[in-house]
Amino acid sequence: MNFDDTPQEAAFRSQARAWIAANAPKEYEDELRATSLGRVGLKNADILEVAKAWQKKKADAGWACLHWPKEYGGRGASPIERVIWQQEEGPFGKLSGLFIIGHGMCGPTVMAYASEEHKRQYLPPLASGEKVWCQLFSEPAGGSDVAGLRTRAEKRGDAWVINGQKIWTSGAHYSDYGILLTRTDPTVPKHKGLTMFFLDMKSKGVEVRPIKQASGHSDFNEVYFTDVVIPDSQRLGAVNDGWNVALTTLMNERMSIGAGVATGFPELFAFCSNLMLDDRPAIEDRNVRSKLASWAVKASGLKYTSMRAISALSKGERPGPENSIGKLVAGPMIQDVAAYALDLQGAAGVLSGSEAELAGKFQAMLLRAPGTRVEGGTDEIMRNIIAERVLGLPGDIRVDKDVPFNQVPTKGRA
Amino acid sequence: MNFDFSDDQKQLRDQARKFLAEKCPPKAVRVVLDGQAPYDRALWKGFAEMGFLGVAIPEEYGGAGAGHLELCVIAEEVGRALAPVPFSSTVYLAAEVLMLAGSDAQKQAWLPKIASGEAIGTFALFEGTGNPSPKAIRLDAANGVLNGVKTPVADGAIADLIIVAARTASTGRDSDISLFLVDAKAGGVDAKALTNLDPTRGQAELTFKTCKAEPLGAPGEGWSIITQVLDRAAVLTAFEQVGGSDRALEMGRDYALDRIAFGRPIGSFQAVKHMLADMYVSATLARSNAYYGAWALSTNAPELPEAAASSRISATQAYQHCAKNNIQVHGGMGFTWEFDCHMYYRRANALALGLGSLSYWEDQLIDRMRKRNAA
Repeated sequence: MNFDDTPQEAAFRSQARAWIAANAPKEYEDELRATSLGRVGLKNADILEVAKAWQKKKADAGWACLHWPKEYGGRGASPIERVIWQQEEGPFGKLSGLFIIGHGMCGPTVMAYASEEHKRQYLPPLASGEKVWCQLFSEPAGGSDVAGLRTRAEKRGDAWVINGQKIWTSGAHYSDYGILLTRTDPTVPKHKGLTMFFLDMKSKGVEVRPIKQASGHSDFNEVYFTDVVIPDSQRLGAVNDGWNVALTTLMNERMSIGAGVATGFPELFAFCSNLMLDDRPAIEDRNVRSKLASWAVKASGLKYTSMRAISALSKGERPGPENSIGKLVAGPMIQDVAAYALDLQGAAGVLSGSEAELAGKFQAMLLRAPGTRVEGGTDEIMRNIIAERVLGLPGDIRVDKDVPFNQVPTKGRA
Repeated sequence: MNFDFSDDQKQLRDQARKFLAEKCPPKAVRVVLDGQAPYDRALWKGFAEMGFLGVAIPEEYGGAGAGHLELCVIAEEVGRALAPVPFSSTVYLAAEVLMLAGSDAQKQAWLPKIASGEAIGTFALFEGTGNPSPKAIRLDAANGVLNGVKTPVADGAIADLIIVAARTASTGRDSDISLFLVDAKAGGVDAKALTNLDPTRGQAELTFKTCKAEPLGAPGEGWSIITQVLDRAAVLTAFEQVGGSDRALEMGRDYALDRIAFGRPIGSFQAVKHMLADMYVSATLARSNAYYGAWALSTNAPELPEAAASSRISATQAYQHCAKNNIQVHGGMGFTWEFDCHMYYRRANALALGLGSLSYWEDQLIDRMRKRNAA
């Protein structure tokens, strides 16, 4: 049992470290290090521009999308090399957040289902950050139950005409392309009438409207489709086989979001070390220590769970199911951590602007946290996944499973 | 990176699991639970024959000289099977103290006997209500003679070798505490078995009356040795707790698949599925923390104090969580003497206290994290 690199891993690490030291945008390092949930951005620069520049620089030197094949803009690296890169990239990796959907979900789906010509055309600029992609799955009527979506695609000659509405689309407002899950046959059960496409977000009839979130920010959008035309050549997978295509994407989503997810613990520990309560650091208070200790072992438990997964990769094995706990542990935890940091501030915890403790860092975290428990699979969906796929418990009873989609009841008319 | 047990170690775990499945079924645990024997003598003999007792003891002292990672995988199986033997007091505590601080003569005298199953050991630390602290140790040692009472002492009524924490000065400093070694058969110590939460592992009150004792380790070094030994035992116990957590989770899962109510397996209800999923989460966090503890223990890393506290807290939480919700999944049947659920519930709660309670270890963890951050 050890944490040591193999000689090959060590060589790769030193190569990556040297390149990052020579090329990373160090002027933003401190600021990036200080970002936390709900508080991502740069004071004197547009983070999108900085992120794109860093991504392009990486791509030109062969450090973008490491695990993708070279011909599609990657490096053909092994899974463990990808992990080593992420470790070495450190705070600069936070700049990749803007590409996470494109690289983590859209790219793998395009790679699995697009034509060779399209892969060579679309994947390299996606890898290099020159083109940003988004994922158009969720709808007002299909969140956790994504297969309940209603956006229609109807065949007209060699093309498809799209009408409907998507919601919770991250980054649609700055995306160039998107992958789109639609309903092509409403007369069959819901999973059997879906088809996947990719499209140019500048297509006629696409309208992006930002959602004002509960946090007051706008990271997500509603996207409306009115008679949008998509050529059949941009279909991903067979007609009515979109559910299987979407599963590829969603498995990748849970993998990429689950990796190294934030818990808020380092921030809280530092805060409690510095905050004075009754003339002594808060961390000397009995109750504070007890709370901190419980969260400390969750944070370390997640850290060493991912070390176990990385060890499996290092040995060329598939990581076990234990990695599926990351999001379920970290989501509720960061929400509780933020609430506790406010509790320690007493009445002043209500302030959230520049006058607040740490300029409102924990307040921003508190307001953003509910989203982390919903996006990419709610806590409840994650528990179902663990119960069914890891523990082997029966699936939920699905009353709409064998019913033609257009006969499934909606809106409490059951 | 290879943050995992080796194939040989995993093989040893499988071997231990197989051995315990055969020699230590719940029926055997119940013999001790029901008070028909103080511990399972045949199983203890089997442990010696399998080499489990001396796995981490150097060869020159009659052990296998394998190491602590090997001991960790055995501990996991001991916990999973609820083995009713004095394994933790003898191996994690008495043997560890001897290896850490014993003289060569003391090691020669006792470690081979531990490895062969001839001697049961224990560590007499507590004196009534409260967590480990130098102040709480009042048992008097003057000129190698002990006077005082220790309670509770795990496996105290069956121990041949007793390591005793005693007061040798009263300056208010940690150096007031020294350790002593007592041969229980030499007289001067009376044992009274005490009723406890988990009868599958005995507890006793030991009364020392002008009891002759050998110093163990340098005078005044007792507290320092105690903290080191508690850390080591915390990691090893965490593996017992992880083994127990996994078993409690499996029992709950199996019952949820088997039990039909409202016309379907209860494991198809989300309320039950989610409870079991949360147990899996706790058990997984505990296992990963325990692996970190195992790494620190086996390499004697400077991170050991922090890793031990993390292992301890996480494993304690997980086992308590899994054991109590295993009963909940079983419903009324889980609350019967006949079903095994309560044996895990008892063991989970007893292990949560034996080396100092959760609040003690929470305090330790934060102290140690602060120390690291300050460094």
